[in-house]
Amino acid sequence: MKKIVISSLVVLAFVAYVLRSRFGGDQTATPTSNAAATNVVLGTPPVTYKDGTYTGSVADAFYGNIQVKAIITGAKITDVQFLQYPSDRSNSVRINTVAMPLLRQEALQVQTANVQTITGATASSGAFVQSLQSALSQAQV
Amino acid sequence: MMGMPITIEGVDNNACFSDIDQAFAYFDYVDHTFSTYKPQSEISCINRGELKLEDAGDDMQTIFRLAEQTKQATHGFFDIHHGDSVDPSGIVKGWAIEQVSQLLQRLEWKNFTVEAGGDIAVVGHFSGTTPWKVGVRHPFEIEKIVKVLSISNLGVATSGTYLRGHHIYNPRNGDVVVADIASLTVIGPNIYEADRFATAAFAMGSQGIQFIENLAGFEGYMIDSHGTATLTTGFDHYCLPS
Repeated sequence: MKKIVISSLVVLAFVAYVLRSRFGGDQTATPTSNAAATNVVLGTPPVTYKDGTYTGSVADAFYGNIQVKAIITGAKITDVQFLQYPSDRSNSVRINTVAMPLLRQEALQVQTANVQTITGATASSGAFVQSLQSALSQAQV
Repeated sequence: MMGMPITIEGVDNNACFSDIDQAFAYFDYVDHTFSTYKPQSEISCINRGELKLEDAGDDMQTIFRLAEQTKQATHGFFDIHHGDSVDPSGIVKGWAIEQVSQLLQRLEWKNFTVEAGGDIAVVGHFSGTTPWKVGVRHPFEIEKIVKVLSISNLGVATSGTYLRGHHIYNPRNGDVVVADIASLTVIGPNIYEADRFATAAFAMGSQGIQFIENLAGFEGYMIDSHGTATLTTGFDHYCLPS
């Protein structure tokens, strides 16, 4: 019975891996790779862009789609606007900022420990990157 | 659920394939019932006015009731009603993970995790008396983790994106248009509770962490767009030392 359990884990982990790969795109073959797209978000695109407005592909996030429009001015990304965004992560509600409570703060510190699972909003950010990358590929000179 | 990675990990000897099939079939059912992106889903029929809530299934009525409770509990920051339409996705994911967690426990699973899109139900222990280790993903460098949580019998959910409003946060050149929240991780008594309060508190912006602080039985870890984290007073209790 133990053997069956271990096998099922491998299969599931593979399914998750495939889905994640699909989200981020193929790391080697397509321009929508997670690594390349992250570089774009971080602001060091290795290419020049034509001025204009470019609509990205619709990318699948949790329960909903993300689609963005990139605006290029002076060969740089000057704005990215949402055409579609899952409403459960909507930013439409805001309240005024008042003094922060006295909660402890710390700088982020990267950890190296092995973990069994990870929490984080990966799918929606991955979908964003995918849609933006497809918009920018149209803008490349 | 299509497009959303789901991982079930069990370490019990009695776990078997058919249990996992049941769990994934349940996620499929949830997706087909509650996805606003499927024209044939019950929620889409409700939104088109073809189905009245009172004629919908029990689960739909449960979700509407839970959503209303959550709206009250979060001073209106959580609301599934958007104009004329209803989108319950902010509450359905955590609820569905919790349902699957309970399903597996009925099937005698005792030590397992169910993770869907970064939200996790953690049940029992990873090994013996060793709790499960859950990483908190770095909001700007998605291959890295910034915290290691050691937990059992709790839920962990994270709300967040790279982005606020229409602007990109650019960590390299400091081109920050809106100083705001990048991610908010919430630990709660189960994944349903953690997810709904993470979603609502994230919508509160920088106030969200104080909301979690004031919520009994919950802890939170907020990362702002400058890469500074704010912790609720009991959060450290769940963290392994770096």
